[in-house]
Amino acid sequence: MSEIDRLIEEHIPRLRRYARALAGDRVRADDLVQDTLERAWGKFHLWRRGSDLRAWLFSIMHNVHVNGVRKNSAAPALLPLEDDALQMPARATQEDGLQLRDVHAALACLPQEQREVLLLVGLEEMRYEEVAKILEVPVGTVMSRLSRGRERLRQIMAGAAVPALRVVK
Amino acid sequence: MSEPMLNESELHAYADGQLDERRRAEVEAWLAAHSADAERMEAYRRQNEALRALFDPVLDEPIPQRLRRPERQPWGMMPVLRHAAVLAWIAVGGALGWFLHGAQEARPGAAMALVHQAAIAHVVYTPEVRHPVEVGADQEAHLAAWLSKRLGATVKVPHLGETGYELVGGRLLPGATGPAAQFMYQDGRGQRLTLYVRTDAGGSRETAFRYARENNVGVFYWIDGPFGYALSGDLDKPDLLRVAQLVYRQLNP
Repeated sequence: MSEIDRLIEEHIPRLRRYARALAGDRVRADDLVQDTLERAWGKFHLWRRGSDLRAWLFSIMHNVHVNGVRKNSAAPALLPLEDDALQMPARATQEDGLQLRDVHAALACLPQEQREVLLLVGLEEMRYEEVAKILEVPVGTVMSRLSRGRERLRQIMAGAAVPALRVVK
Repeated sequence: MSEPMLNESELHAYADGQLDERRRAEVEAWLAAHSADAERMEAYRRQNEALRALFDPVLDEPIPQRLRRPERQPWGMMPVLRHAAVLAWIAVGGALGWFLHGAQEARPGAAMALVHQAAIAHVVYTPEVRHPVEVGADQEAHLAAWLSKRLGATVKVPHLGETGYELVGGRLLPGATGPAAQFMYQDGRGQRLTLYVRTDAGGSRETAFRYARENNVGVFYWIDGPFGYALSGDLDKPDLLRVAQLVYRQLNP
């Protein structure tokens, strides 16, 4: 295996973790990772040595994902029926289990853009500036997506109805 | 200094541990006096924890083979061979074109429907771990007899061993106009190909070999006698063509 392959391979577990959270099920998540890796292997000459490889890979994944989402909104989603894919990675105790399942479900209710930011910050522990660079949006946009996403998640978790309608006073 | 001015961004940075120590202490002091915000930040912090509890286990999962970079094929390393493959591809395309030249062109809509359905079936079933096929290769005779009966014409099961792909089995599928069949093949690395077969309701008898790409799936398709065939795989075109040629030869000995 070449040095390049090894460098990229080190990031695969994190790419998979993020993809799993983003896409929801294992098959779609690994499809996303595979598409990302193929593009990365093919375009490795575009990576500036010494720059942050993780950020580069995540920005590729972001683009692949956005394109995929766009494509799927035009065509019906192609989902294999796999029982396992519906299950979440389980490590938590039964009691947290319920709560974690709720988080998982609530996450799926968030708009795509908010979910991405929430995951890059909360799961990947990236700094806001880094997230902005990966998503190619201003930091202010990152912050407002983060703020709205978190609040929405909190309300869903608190059992409040999803506030789709603004109350007019 | 009295209460430091705080904005929403700084509260998030606090929940995410992105503040320096001094600022963090200031925010903490501020939150002590603002319980609603303190509660909110606590909830956000717990969200982060929940996300990690949910998805960190993925980090420990073994990396599936399909995410490892394939060993480079001779194809990839030797431009001469690649060149030869392209030439061969053109030659075969030409030969088949000539061979099938008398054939009436299938209606393009019908052909694209064939490609589309084959690609969908490919995408749907190839990732299957537990149930990739309905009838396995161990019951090949039964598989052929069953699908022949359902499709209303004798269906042959090609053997692609010389290209490294072994039969996994097959399944019956609903096609646009009736039953269709799918055969699945797999090589030593777990790479899968599918051959989609349906009876051709388009009225045309034959078409040349054609190639289309749908999403990430390459599809070679052709119509031959009562059947429309589509071979799908996530392979380079020359590699997929090599297999398609073999399928064609096996079906037309």
